[in-house]
Amino acid sequence: MADQVILRPNGTDELVEAIGQAAARGQRLEVRGGGTKSAIGRPGRDTTLLQIEGFGTVIDYDRPELVLTAGASTPLAEIETLLAQNNQMLAFEPFDHAVLFGLAPAATLGGVIAAGVSGSRRLAAGAVRDHFLGLRGVSGRGEAFMGGAKVVKNVTGYDLPKLLANSWGQLAVMTEVTLKVLPRPQTVQTVVLSGLNERQACLVMGQALGSQADVAAAAHLPADINGGLALTALRLEGFEPSVKARVQMVLEQFGTTAPCDVLPTEASGLLWEQVQHVKPLQGEGALWRINVPPMAGAEVIEQLKPAGARCLLDWAGGLVWALLPITDSGQAVRDVASALGGHAMLIRAPEALRLSIPTQQPLAPGVAALTQRVKQGFDPAAILDPERFI
Amino acid sequence: MPAPDGAVMSRRDAIVAALRRIVPGEGVIADSASLRAYESDGLTAYRQMPLVVVLPETTAQVSEVLRWCNQAGVKVVPRGSGTSLSGGALPLEDGVLLGLSKFNRVLDIDYDSRVAVVQPGVTNLAITRAVEDRGFYYAPDPSSQIACSIGGNVAENSGGVHCLKYGLTTNNVLGVEMVMMDGEVVRLGGQHLDPAGLDLLGIVVGSEGLLGVVTEVTVRILPKPQTARALLLGFETVESAGQCVADVIAAGIIPAGMEMMDRPAIHAAEAFVHAGYPLDVEALLIVELDGPHAECDYLVEQVAKIATANGAVTSRVSTSEDERLAFWAGRKAAFPAVGRISPDYYCMDGTIPRRRLPEVLRRMAALSDHYGLKVANVFHAGDGNLHPLILYDANQPGELERAEDFGSDILRLCVEVGGVLTGEHGVGVEKRDLMGTMFTEVDLAHQQRVKCAFDPQLLLNPGKVFPTLHRCAEMGRMHIHHGAVPFPDLPRF
Repeated sequence: MADQVILRPNGTDELVEAIGQAAARGQRLEVRGGGTKSAIGRPGRDTTLLQIEGFGTVIDYDRPELVLTAGASTPLAEIETLLAQNNQMLAFEPFDHAVLFGLAPAATLGGVIAAGVSGSRRLAAGAVRDHFLGLRGVSGRGEAFMGGAKVVKNVTGYDLPKLLANSWGQLAVMTEVTLKVLPRPQTVQTVVLSGLNERQACLVMGQALGSQADVAAAAHLPADINGGLALTALRLEGFEPSVKARVQMVLEQFGTTAPCDVLPTEASGLLWEQVQHVKPLQGEGALWRINVPPMAGAEVIEQLKPAGARCLLDWAGGLVWALLPITDSGQAVRDVASALGGHAMLIRAPEALRLSIPTQQPLAPGVAALTQRVKQGFDPAAILDPERFI
Repeated sequence: MPAPDGAVMSRRDAIVAALRRIVPGEGVIADSASLRAYESDGLTAYRQMPLVVVLPETTAQVSEVLRWCNQAGVKVVPRGSGTSLSGGALPLEDGVLLGLSKFNRVLDIDYDSRVAVVQPGVTNLAITRAVEDRGFYYAPDPSSQIACSIGGNVAENSGGVHCLKYGLTTNNVLGVEMVMMDGEVVRLGGQHLDPAGLDLLGIVVGSEGLLGVVTEVTVRILPKPQTARALLLGFETVESAGQCVADVIAAGIIPAGMEMMDRPAIHAAEAFVHAGYPLDVEALLIVELDGPHAECDYLVEQVAKIATANGAVTSRVSTSEDERLAFWAGRKAAFPAVGRISPDYYCMDGTIPRRRLPEVLRRMAALSDHYGLKVANVFHAGDGNLHPLILYDANQPGELERAEDFGSDILRLCVEVGGVLTGEHGVGVEKRDLMGTMFTEVDLAHQQRVKCAFDPQLLLNPGKVFPTLHRCAEMGRMHIHHGAVPFPDLPRF
């Protein structure tokens, strides 16, 4: 879209003006931070690009308070570096979608929050929404407002940060965000079990999470995406004496179930980086992100295999990344997800498929109507990219 | 509160009859002696007899009651166990009180997926009781957990002493079945983790019963930690105790609980339960660590070192479960202990950035002199959630009002230093009129638009949270920008 008009408001006042004018004209806006997720959603929408780039500074960061406030367009990488220098982290382990699309890393803090991007640690530590404390932004009404606060414990008024996380910018444009941060673990090790099938893997991951080993992340790479050898990975993090003890617990629990290896910090990091960026599922096809109850992960794989799907399990089976052949209509993915009590989102696919099937799973009628009313409250002129997921 | 609607009150007999058609038998309470039991919640300074109480037993009945009230224009106040400390379940003179006490069953427990599905009237502690024989528990532990219901926890987003490490209710609830004011039943969330669209579950949790009536809750259950140990640390100044807390967290340690008490609270607690607290210190810290034995042993040592470096004059480590519980006994009895030394007390609930604690306590002492009322402080030190207990005597003319004014000043102070009005008790009726100190009209209007999406007639629990509820039709208006009204033909609510 080289000829697309681009708005670049400088500061909140100009953003209020830009959105207010767009609302008055009925001009639809595509809100963009780093642009790493631009290829998600229905292509060819008639929108004006609203580039958010003037909100890129860290505003407040006091390590013992466990709170960080920054402009929404601050690069994710910059925040992660700053936190790492202070032995802290974003515990929901966000990642940069650029890697999934073969782009240079450019994700912004506002972008990962708006898209609800949580990685493998989400399983035990919670998602973006669990760490998102407060925001300033401009709604589709062209009004600047704030929600939440800058302290970790707050129940004053409605929890608007929850609503804004995963809203994909369809309620408001965020300008400033406050997040809870947590200490970075001193040590990370991963216990890897070899040769389990998907059902066995889901069972093992569930049992591990039900043990006192305090597993931080659990993923499974089936044999067909890992050079013929299935791997089930259980990540243990924390202080060294504790990790050592918990690795022993896991080995005692599963030592007779399958051959076990313990990956030290560096090798562990490499494995999780593969999972995080879905690296085994690169290449042509349609990449789906499927949320189901954890024990249903294996079932998803079994049902999608005949269609030629290659899959990876994260969140102890609750998150299935599935790569389907380019010819697949995607309807089977949708049906399988909803039959198992979950939903599927199309992340990476050619334009033709993104035109023929909605990106997000259609909601139950009552919930869809409610969602629509909430959107209308924040964006009555329906200018915040309303067709992206239709 | 909103002025009672005389027209509704004059239709009381017809309303009672209609409710009896939906919920037969003893599920509708209309005689004044029985209604008395519902006249207040945990915030007993506020009392109001409801028009009528209805105790449905099924989701279908809840749906019918709400649909009927919605059509008849009758207000509804939902109620769990009635333990709210902010008046969240305070009845309305012209409103139906809808109690969920008969929704008291644990429906399903799935240990492989680590979830429990329960009805909203199940108490918080009963969830743990239902799963503890398999080594699991439900993490949020508000101090009323023996009585408070999980439905009420969802409404209030309840916390507890362990929420720094394990989160509030919102971080532990995966899904709900909820009935909206128009009677429609929706399911938000489920046993999967991320939402398919907007996180409506996230906005429902903590909405104080203004968005819908929850009829089923799916919660995450966790394996019980192998062990827990606690340290009891005394300091000569609040500053050094505060620095100790900051240093513990800076060392990368997130304790399961980290509680602080000031001198008046220590003395009151010690006189009441004889927990062995030192009486010559200005601040007492209880730091609890949980996890595998190896982790607890290691972290106890680290925390003890940090405490010594910050000049702790008392430093004791629990060596048995009995001793750990003894450390907690005084803290857990702090409220009744204060109740013993004063005819009445008023419990506040602000949160502040932790670094501002010494200043806040100094200014609170000045306010205490100004109002002529004593105050004792207990503090969830890890997350900055402050519980000042204002001591007063309701039988002395004017003291309740002075206590309330003092409390409001404390909450304004919390907001002024960058904190919030309430960390875990909710806004309710108690802090409703202070909302303007934290939010602008525009901020509040954005919150109220959520309310309008769920309950456009504003019939569900009105008078709570929002200082003024604007009619939803007014909320829908767009301001006129450069003389142009956008899309005048667009439907708006």
